[in-house]
Amino acid sequence: MTPFPTFFFAARLAWRQLTYDKPKLIAATLGVLFASVLVFMQLGFLDSLYASAVSAPIKMRADLFVLHKQTEALWRPVQFERSALMRALGHPDVRAVYPMYVSLGQFKNMDTHIQRTLMVYGYDLNGDLIDDVDICARADDLKRQDVALFDIASRPEFGPVSEQISKGRDVTEVNGRRIKIVGTFRMGTTFAADGNVVTSDLNFHRIFPQRAFDKIDLGFVLLNPGSDVRKAQADLLALMGQEMRVFDYNELVEFEKGYWENSAPMGFIFGFGVVMGLVVGMVIVYQILFTDVSNNLSQYATLKAMGYSQFYLQLVVLSSAIYLALLGFALGLGLSVALYRLAEQEIFIPFPMPLGKIATVFAFILTMCSLAGALAIRRLKAANPADMF
Amino acid sequence: MALVDVKGVSFAYGAGEFRRQVLNNVDFSVDRGEIVILTGPSGSGKTTLLTILGGLRLAVTGSAVVLGRELVNSDENVRMGVRRQIGYIFQQHNLFWPLTAVENVCMALELDDRLSEAERRQRAGEMLTEVGLADHLDRRPKQLSGGQRQRVAIARALVSRPKLVLADEPTASLDKASGHEAVNILKRLAKDYGATILLVTHDYRILDIADRIITLEDGAITPQSVPSS
Ligand SMILES: Nc1ncnc2c1ncn2[C@@H]1O[C@H](COP(=O)(O)OP(=O)(O)OP(=O)(O)O)[C@@H](O)[C@H]1O
Ligand SMILES: [Mg+2]
Repeated sequence: MTPFPTFFFAARLAWRQLTYDKPKLIAATLGVLFASVLVFMQLGFLDSLYASAVSAPIKMRADLFVLHKQTEALWRPVQFERSALMRALGHPDVRAVYPMYVSLGQFKNMDTHIQRTLMVYGYDLNGDLIDDVDICARADDLKRQDVALFDIASRPEFGPVSEQISKGRDVTEVNGRRIKIVGTFRMGTTFAADGNVVTSDLNFHRIFPQRAFDKIDLGFVLLNPGSDVRKAQADLLALMGQEMRVFDYNELVEFEKGYWENSAPMGFIFGFGVVMGLVVGMVIVYQILFTDVSNNLSQYATLKAMGYSQFYLQLVVLSSAIYLALLGFALGLGLSVALYRLAEQEIFIPFPMPLGKIATVFAFILTMCSLAGALAIRRLKAANPADMF
Repeated sequence: MALVDVKGVSFAYGAGEFRRQVLNNVDFSVDRGEIVILTGPSGSGKTTLLTILGGLRLAVTGSAVVLGRELVNSDENVRMGVRRQIGYIFQQHNLFWPLTAVENVCMALELDDRLSEAERRQRAGEMLTEVGLADHLDRRPKQLSGGQRQRVAIARALVSRPKLVLADEPTASLDKASGHEAVNILKRLAKDYGATILLVTHDYRILDIADRIITLEDGAITPQSVPSS
């Protein structure tokens, strides 16, 4: 027997066996679908966690960023001396430095008057430190007293802010201070903050009067065009001392991501969910394939008596496993796309479905089904034609 | 030369204190084109002998030449080669439930890659017509009677034109009429195709199809085995 027909015949027999008993097929497909959806959701939460963790740093623009060494993540910075940042101006390649102030504040919903915590960013708006067309366009407005821009990707509990300001209701309170919302921008929530507000450094200190001007959270360093960023980074580190960290843009983004990946046990928790889903799916598929082999032992033994090889029978079982993987995964993918949409609407965190993720989950599911098939194949040993007569 | 030539074959199940001697020095042969019925009391070793001759069980003493190949102490490959030239009929039909009659019969032809899909179906259809199932080609086993299922199994065993057919109690699960019909079909086809049949049965109702009847008792062929009238 040449290889191609062997595979074809085995796959065809598997398909007929699988589709003959509809309740069994549905049960097995649901098992794989369940596992696929669970894995997609776990990975979705994990990815969106990482993606949302960097929604702020990803918009920050500078050649180099200065942080206190004890800062674990941008949403909970350890403050440092403004003068430390200013020292960078002594470096010949440094064109400008800007401090940024970051703090959690209470924003009052204009309709319900309920206060809720969001992140307030304050900085010198001449610096264009946050790369956002709406912020840059409003930079001059923001220099006025007691004004701010509101992130429309914030959670809805803050109220329909853009609707409210279009109707002229634009004054609310941040940390108990009357603030006029002069416009909106889009950044996104994180697991640490449900919303964001951007304002000038002066307004920031009006909102947080206890914060000293000379204690800053994050330093932005702009270099002269054509400077060697790596060299400047090393120089600044030496200049500012042991207490500081100096990152380039990619390092800043990775730093924030790394916080969630390492310090927080999120990766483990979600990874555990993935493994559980795969184990449950595998047990279901194994059970069904095992029962299928058991119910057809005399048929398989007859094939062996006719001269079919053990390999052929193994192919039949493996083909069934692969069909189940394909069916369950296809349906699971469809359902997961719908659930991702729902999650985006409900928790306001992006749930992307890139091809890479689809391929990864498919690889998981295919492996799961193949393992179940490989286990069920052991049952074929009982198909002994000598015991058939 | 005989198609089946058995000399001094002994066989035991188990080992040590569980060892059970089932065949003792069995000698017999079957000639080309013969229909031989092997009968004997329950537990006398008929099935055991048939599985050895079918290359499904390995014997280690004596000599059993089947279709020109020695099966005693043979390789799995030799036995698989012999198996492909034998048609087996079991007490149970062992048909695949999801497959139609014609598809079940085709399973016996898929090992032969010289045939196209159309040729396989053609030959399977012809063989089912021979066993009187021309109107049931596309029915599944569930839609067939017990006798019809066994006739599909006979068609499956014969469609690849095996030189030797081994059958073990093929009528045990059938009523008298369908049992008789099944073995008569078997006999007619065997004669048409020149196949040799070795059939194990308890069923005295079908002894008349045999050219010769041999009896196994306590693991040995009894001397009074005589040609049937
Ligand atoms: N796989 C096995 N392992 C151990 N002992 C077996 C096995 N198969 C059969 N035997 C024993 O070997 C003896 C012969 O069995 P066998 O099936 O060959 O008899 P038989 O002549 O076909 O009987 P029956 O007419 O009832 O089918 C019996 O005593 C049986 O219990
Ligand atoms: Mg028996």
